[in-house]
Amino acid sequence: MAMLKRIIDSDLFWSFRQSPVAMISAFVALLLMLSAVFAPLIAPHNPFDPASLNLMNGFSKPMEPNQFTQDVFLFGTDDQGRDVFSTILHGMRISLFVGFAAVLFAMVIGVVAGLVAGYVGGRTDAFIMRIADIQLTFPSILVAMLIFGIAKGFTPVDMRDQVAIWVLIISIGLSDWVQFARVVRGAALVEKKKEYVEAAALVGRKPTAIIFLHILPNVLSPVLVIATISLALAIIAEATLSFLGIGAPPTEPSLGTLIRIGQGYLFSGEWWILFFPAVTLLLLALSVNLLGDWLRDALNPKLDD
Amino acid sequence: MTLLDIKNMRVEFPGRHGVFTSVDDVSLSVAEGEILGLVGESGAGKSTVGNAVMGLLQSPGKMVQGEVLLHGERIDQLSKADYRCIRGKRVAMIFQDPMTSLNPIETIEHQLMETILTHLDISREDARKRAVDLLDQVGIPDPAVRIKQYPHQFSGGMRQRVVIALALCVEPELIIADEPTTALDVTIQAQILQLIKDLCRDRNLGVILVTHDMGVIAETADRVAVMYRGRLIEVGDTEQIMSDPKEPYTRSLIAAVPPSNRKIDRFPKVAIEESDGNALQNFDLQSHWLGQGDAFDTSQVNLLEVSDLHKRFVVQKAFFKRNRKYLDAINGISFNVKAGETFGLVGESGSGKSTVARVITGIHSASGGAMRFAGQDLIGKEGARRQDDLKRDIQMVFQDPYSSLNGRMKVSSIVAEPIIVNKLASSKEERNEVVMDLLELVGLGKDAARKYPHEFSGGQRQRISIARALATRPRFLICDEPTSALDVSIQAQILNLLKDLQDELKLTLLFISHDLPVIRQMCDRIGVMRHGDLVEVAETEALFEQPQHSYSQTLINQMPKFAK
Repeated sequence: MAMLKRIIDSDLFWSFRQSPVAMISAFVALLLMLSAVFAPLIAPHNPFDPASLNLMNGFSKPMEPNQFTQDVFLFGTDDQGRDVFSTILHGMRISLFVGFAAVLFAMVIGVVAGLVAGYVGGRTDAFIMRIADIQLTFPSILVAMLIFGIAKGFTPVDMRDQVAIWVLIISIGLSDWVQFARVVRGAALVEKKKEYVEAAALVGRKPTAIIFLHILPNVLSPVLVIATISLALAIIAEATLSFLGIGAPPTEPSLGTLIRIGQGYLFSGEWWILFFPAVTLLLLALSVNLLGDWLRDALNPKLDD
Repeated sequence: MTLLDIKNMRVEFPGRHGVFTSVDDVSLSVAEGEILGLVGESGAGKSTVGNAVMGLLQSPGKMVQGEVLLHGERIDQLSKADYRCIRGKRVAMIFQDPMTSLNPIETIEHQLMETILTHLDISREDARKRAVDLLDQVGIPDPAVRIKQYPHQFSGGMRQRVVIALALCVEPELIIADEPTTALDVTIQAQILQLIKDLCRDRNLGVILVTHDMGVIAETADRVAVMYRGRLIEVGDTEQIMSDPKEPYTRSLIAAVPPSNRKIDRFPKVAIEESDGNALQNFDLQSHWLGQGDAFDTSQVNLLEVSDLHKRFVVQKAFFKRNRKYLDAINGISFNVKAGETFGLVGESGSGKSTVARVITGIHSASGGAMRFAGQDLIGKEGARRQDDLKRDIQMVFQDPYSSLNGRMKVSSIVAEPIIVNKLASSKEERNEVVMDLLELVGLGKDAARKYPHEFSGGQRQRISIARALATRPRFLICDEPTSALDVSIQAQILNLLKDLQDELKLTLLFISHDLPVIRQMCDRIGVMRHGDLVEVAETEALFEQPQHSYSQTLINQMPKFAK
């Protein structure tokens, strides 16, 4: 509870309350994330259960009773009779899971690489940064396709759908770690010169302990900002890959898959199949992005709590 | 004729926690040809007064009350555009850090001419001639050649001269100098202050000299105004204030300044005390945890012996050895420190004194020579290779109280870290007890343990640093400019504390500083360093009364005299 009080009293929270943009974004993001987490409870239908689908429900308009079954769907249904609203809720789960996991993966690799490169310096630094440069030359989508193709070759057919999610996470994470590494390396270089690091070495701390106990907590501020913005990018990256067909499988569609399905029907009248997933994706990415922007400005002049 | 008249100035900064009054009802006046010293400790508001006169208050700061009159006309209510005509032309400012006062990507010529042409309607040729002339007047050699150079090609003192030239180029009536010599060495400081005095006299300028250094005031200012926490405490002629101050705060401020002409045992207690708790009453070393150390080899008279020490840094890396450039930070120095004494290392910036400290503690490895501590060889034992007992015996207090403590750790963790790493306590409870003990020893209460460093002032942070340094039960404490970043009254307290601790704990101190009066107060013997060489080693009184080497003589002559 003392921790909670510290957060509420902090300057960061105060500047949060001063910024309407931050508060609205946080509200929207939280709303979307919670509805994704509680999707099985909120969604009126289960879009992944083939038994519950009725093809006759296909292409129902939003909020209008279906001409055959008289069922009403909030956002309409897609070509197979899946309720778009429920599918969005479940799809967000996949998008968010992949997003968070990919950012976590990138963050762990990037922060450790950056810390080691910054603190140890010399050839280790050069080596790690060259790997980072090489990583950057590959466009993330191509890397994803490459990994996907390799993974497909190795996994048996029936396992492919389950593996797809993890392949997504790894490929998005691999293209993201470099920015974490660069920022952390820069911050570690600055912290390394400060006297408290010398003092820690003087009392006998080993370098590993110094890196993780002293330098790491002091380089976390920029990491937080990058992580937030990376989350938005990861969500969009996942949507892109799913849209291209190399992401989430059709049995567990994410927002990107839905957009792909809906794209074909956009101009033939069934606009809702594309529209609602796209707006959801937009709101999700935008709110997380704006939060990241606010966080960067709020943390900037304040280097201490 | 009064040049500048400040009447009842009040400056407020509205913020999250309420309105902060940084200047409270201050009234000052400056006459033509007069140097007014504005002295006070950090947070006194003296720089804010200067900024307010110039119209350079950082938002959200505002002058909410009072008047500023220049030659009888009000200037505080002017519009931004009108103020720009005054700023630079009639009132000029010299800032503290010459490195950042000049634009690094423009030549000096460009910067000078830009200012001249903005305010005076003359041709470019005339402006250029004027600029070269100015550089000559401030003492830059070869001005016609050097005017085309960039700021980084000048040394610190030279840069400050250029800044002064910049301030003078359109013949202002008033100059506000905000800590103009704080970032400079003693010898350069003396020259710059003399330059300011000469210019003031020759051009009949008024100068407001903002500083925290009483020695500078004593040498340069005609009148002095003392500020504390935004209020004006006392104003008067320099002589009168220095010799017979009326207000208690002024008295304690003067009392805290280290006298340059004699050694005193302890600094007198100042009126504004910072620490709570009297630390060293009833301190029994034998029964205290701090006395429980390993048995030392007490047969050696010299605790530390340094002989022909060298340290060379590579400043330009290259694949082939012949292309590398080196910097010889230490050039073969030899000295001994006797057990129980305080040895001082004094020198200007770049003399290598901090490098000596870091080589002794093993942060850098020596490039040559020999070092022995209590009979044990220190060479070849840097960083991780140093034995545990050597690591414990030698500890250091660093210069910057703001970067020497990890801001993300609680004070208790900071002080406990040496104990944890060296396994000096047998249980968590004992460790906590020892931490509390140490914090009380340095004059901070038990409450300090659960707070974070940013909740403390500079002086209190130095106390935490000292507590941390003592946590390994060292015999040898190196103090690397421990009070350079502190106000004079806090400095007095910390120096008293160090002396008390030395007496109680039988410590041997190596005290490093550039401040001669402080060295005189603290040390038994002193080594003078210059450009990596140890030019003289002598007993304190002998050094100050009869310095042998010419460099020592220069240093002691140029030291701002503050006799009490």
